[in-house]
Amino acid sequence: MTTAPMVVLKDIAKRWNGQLGVEGISLDIPEGSFTALLGPSGCGKSTTLRLLAGLELPDEGTILIDGKDVTTSAASDRNLSMVFQSYALFPHLSVAENVVFGLKVRRVPKQKRQEKLHRALEITGLLGYENRKPGQLSGGQRQRVALARAIVAGQRLCLMDEPLSNLDAKLRNSVRKDIKKLQRDLGITVIYVTHDQTEAMSMADTVVLMKDGHIQQVGTPNDLYSNPKNTFVAEFVGAPPMALIESSVLGGFGEDKTIGIRAENIQIVPKGEGRMSCIVNESEFLGAETLIGLDHEGARGLCVLKPGLSMVAEGNEIDINFHDEHLHVFDAAGHRLVR
Amino acid sequence: MSAHANLERRRQAIYGWLLLSPAAVLLTVFAFYPSIATLWSSLFSRHTRRNPSEFVGTENYADLFADPTFWLVVKNNLFYAGITIPVSIFIALSMALWANSKISARGFVRTAYFTPTVLPMIAAANLWLFFYTPGLGVLDQIGSLFGLPSVNWLGQPQTALWAIIIVTIWKEAGFFMIFYLAALQTIPVDLKEAADIEGTSRWTYTRRIVLPLLMPTTLFIAVNAMINSVKLIDHLFILTKGGPSDASKLILYYIWEMAFAFFDAPHAAAITVLVIAVLGVVAAVQFLYLDRRTHYQ
Repeated sequence: MTTAPMVVLKDIAKRWNGQLGVEGISLDIPEGSFTALLGPSGCGKSTTLRLLAGLELPDEGTILIDGKDVTTSAASDRNLSMVFQSYALFPHLSVAENVVFGLKVRRVPKQKRQEKLHRALEITGLLGYENRKPGQLSGGQRQRVALARAIVAGQRLCLMDEPLSNLDAKLRNSVRKDIKKLQRDLGITVIYVTHDQTEAMSMADTVVLMKDGHIQQVGTPNDLYSNPKNTFVAEFVGAPPMALIESSVLGGFGEDKTIGIRAENIQIVPKGEGRMSCIVNESEFLGAETLIGLDHEGARGLCVLKPGLSMVAEGNEIDINFHDEHLHVFDAAGHRLVR
Repeated sequence: MSAHANLERRRQAIYGWLLLSPAAVLLTVFAFYPSIATLWSSLFSRHTRRNPSEFVGTENYADLFADPTFWLVVKNNLFYAGITIPVSIFIALSMALWANSKISARGFVRTAYFTPTVLPMIAAANLWLFFYTPGLGVLDQIGSLFGLPSVNWLGQPQTALWAIIIVTIWKEAGFFMIFYLAALQTIPVDLKEAADIEGTSRWTYTRRIVLPLLMPTTLFIAVNAMINSVKLIDHLFILTKGGPSDASKLILYYIWEMAFAFFDAPHAAAITVLVIAVLGVVAAVQFLYLDRRTHYQ
């Protein structure tokens, strides 16, 4: 990784007829990194990507790619490739024609086109499918065609807009690994939009978590998991997400604070020995462990993990305990208090 | 095979025939039977009081091929089709591409284009009669502003067919545009975006992506335009009555004249059979040849 950022966004804002699109987006993305834009639908992550791609123009702010100001440049002048959520393959063209379409438009000589095509198909494991039409391919293969089209031109920056959301769960897992490997092997910079935090956490070097058009936190996956900046991040990241408890329930933290705690840091203890007493509302067997959901009037999202199969009947009252060093404290506005 | 499977198969067969029968009955009564009857009657001589109708074989066809008016009508119709089909398709496509792009008052533009199609044929023809009338007509009025002499557009053999052609194009282009517009709206926006990122020019995008994806529509429109080109008759009644000296006479008008002005049913039947045969062959070629080169989504 070099120190000069590949992509710089400075105070980008985009509004749709007065409605909020994105606001005050500032980001530095180093070359060769894998950055995930994460957030619930409508948070502005796709808008950010489209602004970056040049498919939309920002109302405010500047965009630099590779040190060049491209704020108002056409999409084709930004030297990037893009993978669309729907793949955007041309249905009447064969796999090979789809992949080399851009090279043809850019008038790359035929010899060179063939070499690049062969390499791109080799990398994506599509050799032998050259003459198929997209309609004759499975979802996973179509997705790989879209990837091949994105890497064939050898652009150093690749944007991906939820490329896995149309695949089934099993395929998603394997393609996730393929994309990560591809990015590492080619050394390209990937900016990846997703609403699936597992995808973001497992693939990205840097995760940018957004909500309502604003960036909530930028950091490594571990950062977001262990040091959530606010209650939104705490409740969005992790499966199960962090439980939030009103500070008045616990004592020693003041009145109007919120305390966060992760499921793996909670223990079930014999009656009368715990810090909180809760009612079991569900038991979910996950295979290696059992997730037990808990109800407490001063908390939301409380749950505890027990190893193996250990279902607890609904309505049972159990006591839980946890240590102070595992607690995350947020102020009344939901911001993290440094401890 | 066990009894219940057999029963089930028979039930399916009955079900299938029941679904098929309404269409089969209607087609038989109104398409197949008339076609066969026409073919049959084209093989008999004309019935008059003195000569009862008798079997003459292909004599009626031979008469037609020897008739210069028939060849003139065929020539007129080929010329008419040769101009109206490509020109109206081209105009329809251009208008659709324009009306589909981001222009202001898009709704108005679409409605305006479609208006000619909504007008009844006779009303449209009367409208154009007003345009073409020598001296009083709009065309002559405009022409006189520039000092051009009055032209009887519909009344002279050199211009009569052209005048009809222009009315047809005006009427068909808007109709075909609606099909193109509908087809354009099924092309996903992200194809354009993917092409944009590659730096595709608008022209290349239209030629390499849009036109191929519109091929099924073009094929459909081409077949329709071809059928329409032998179906035109209303305009001729109002505008020229096939004249002057048969310069604007088209095939259906000629058939009508033969059957109901000259009461020569056998010859009219013979022309009809020829038209059906030609249309059938052309439609088959269009579908079999072009179909293979067309991508259906």
